Amino acid sequence: MIKSLSTEATLENAGLSPEERELFCNARPKAYEPYPIKAVEDFANWCRANSLWILAFGTGCGAIELRPLMTARFDANRFGVAGRPTPRQSSVFIIGGYSSVKTLKRIVRSYEQMQGPKFVIALGICPVNGGMYWDSYNTIKRLDQYIPVDLYITGCMPRPEVLVGGLVELKKMIKAGQCDGANRYVENFDWYKANQKRVIKNWNMPDYNW
Amino acid sequence: MDEWLTRIGYFSLTLLIVTTYGLIMGAFIERIIAKVQGRVGIPYSQPFINILKNIFKRTAVSHGVMFYLGPVFRMAGGIGTLAFIPVIYGSEVFGNFSMAGDLFLVIYFMFFGQLGMALGAGESGHPYSAIGVARGLGQMTSYEVPFALAVIAIVIQYETLSITEIVAAQQGGWQNWTLFTNPVATAAAMLAFLGMTGYSPFDIFLAPQEIPIGPPTEFHSAYLSLLQANRALFGATKLILFMNLFFGGATGLLELMIKTWLIYMVAIAVGVAFPRFRVDQSIRFFLKVPTVIGIAAIVYVQMVIQQ
Amino acid sequence: MNSMLDRLAQEFHITDVVERRPGLTTISVDKDLAETLIRELRDREGYTHLNFMTAIDQIEHGMFTLVYMLHNYERKSTLSVHVDIEREEAEMTSIHTLWAQAWTYQRELRELWGIRFPGSPRLDEDFCLEGWEDIPPMRREFDTVEFCERTFVSRDGRHTEDPREHMHEVMFPTRGGDN
Repeated sequence: MIKSLSTEATLENAGLSPEERELFCNARPKAYEPYPIKAVEDFANWCRANSLWILAFGTGCGAIELRPLMTARFDANRFGVAGRPTPRQSSVFIIGGYSSVKTLKRIVRSYEQMQGPKFVIALGICPVNGGMYWDSYNTIKRLDQYIPVDLYITGCMPRPEVLVGGLVELKKMIKAGQCDGANRYVENFDWYKANQKRVIKNWNMPDYNW
Repeated sequence: MDEWLTRIGYFSLTLLIVTTYGLIMGAFIERIIAKVQGRVGIPYSQPFINILKNIFKRTAVSHGVMFYLGPVFRMAGGIGTLAFIPVIYGSEVFGNFSMAGDLFLVIYFMFFGQLGMALGAGESGHPYSAIGVARGLGQMTSYEVPFALAVIAIVIQYETLSITEIVAAQQGGWQNWTLFTNPVATAAAMLAFLGMTGYSPFDIFLAPQEIPIGPPTEFHSAYLSLLQANRALFGATKLILFMNLFFGGATGLLELMIKTWLIYMVAIAVGVAFPRFRVDQSIRFFLKVPTVIGIAAIVYVQMVIQQ
Repeated sequence: MNSMLDRLAQEFHITDVVERRPGLTTISVDKDLAETLIRELRDREGYTHLNFMTAIDQIEHGMFTLVYMLHNYERKSTLSVHVDIEREEAEMTSIHTLWAQAWTYQRELRELWGIRFPGSPRLDEDFCLEGWEDIPPMRREFDTVEFCERTFVSRDGRHTEDPREHMHEVMFPTRGGDN
């Protein structure tokens, strides 16, 4: 892995053992700037909006509504939506419903491996304020304490038509240049990381999963 | 010097047209499959938008020099393969850099691209990339056998290693196509073609449900856009090569498009009828019947044509 | 069925035989004879399928009641064997030698209730609660709402209504009484 050669503050990676610490990058993430020429940025946003690659990670109940979305009746392909199996290549992360603490660790890991610009859609009412699991010891209540959320689609579970409506709304937001969740994450990195570490107790991965 | 510049200019034009053609044909095939499944399918511009979106990604993670060079090698293999195949016979614009021994050079470039990709995927350190690479290269080695035998058969038949002369020998009516003068070699090569496209049923090494998509697992952003562009370019190039060797070449763009589309539909028709094969099944398949047909092609040439 | 239970009741001191519904009967047995009884039921009486294994927290009596649900395919009846064990330092003999899959249930019981099964494979793995530092959460002294408010941040503006108060005050205000 590439190590950080700059003199700016690096991450501690305290959760790793000393032998493992050499294997992982300890640089802080950086925010990206939009293109200087506005026409290029608009065109880039248009391309990003019309080619939404979703990470195929069914985190909760929402996964059962994502499957019909890809089949013939609702056909997400005509909106430019395709499922990718690896976070490296996907740009949209749909958190389907509740997140247990165990899943949240994997969500954080996958989210940090995605390449910017990246967008998060929170499905259902559980990421809003706990939903059905508001008093459960194992599920988190507000998703945007841990990763930045661009769009909420409420429901328990919303039907695929609602999901399609949400995707159209996300496209409008991307074309208007309003979806900068990745930059928000980098700017408030310490706050998000502190929140994550407060609930995820067995942090045996690097502080930022490059 | 001027002549070289014009030739390079013409080649760039060919490259652009062939890549665009490959991308549109991919979208067209997707729409046909969607029609069969009863839905609308992707818009025709979708493959272009996908490549542009990947170019416009603002961050990327590199794993080293070889990771960076992997897609570059792959693209070099694709461009190199196209550079020595005459796309349209008799045309100065689309004639490319065809020369005396270019058939073997073309086959070398086809293999070279895959090897570069394997090195790049190995450098990424992702265990699934390594498994995908092992599967892909294993399959490639096995389908190269009948393909090489078929190529040797037609080289002996036409007594030349230049693709332009092979196309020239097939002009003058459809009876002169290698399909009809040497059907055994065509059969062996078409069976090898099914594996070459990386399409079902031989797509185990890059299917998304199989240990995330094999060799391109770790490639993203601009690296992935190189790989995607190469996929279209290389696919179209293989079709043009097969059209030149076995189906009489093309003397016009329209004839080129129709013939390549029909050849690709053969692969699609087989693909929708069969489930995916495991790697050991596909290796065993290619080393049995198509290899025997390939050997029979050489024997056929010796005994029937040379009499 | 009853004849079988009568026969076994003598040897194993079975108590509290209750037929909950046709096909489901619960029996209670002492901790020392529990494993032998279950083995006898599996080997000689045809109760070969372990449906599941779980625990009831009887905090008022200071004990856990382990429940083993066994099923007989020939008679199509389910027998639920209840075993009382103490709540502090809860331990029970492991039945992973009778059914190999019992290790998953025993792991869950250790993780969520704190009951140990000496010898059970992979007992100390964390399955759903990774990095858990509190008491086992299925115990009734664990206050899950208080834990939630302590650990997770909730969004402002949550409004809860008790249905009983709502009906008294809003829907039927003129009706009196507290029934």
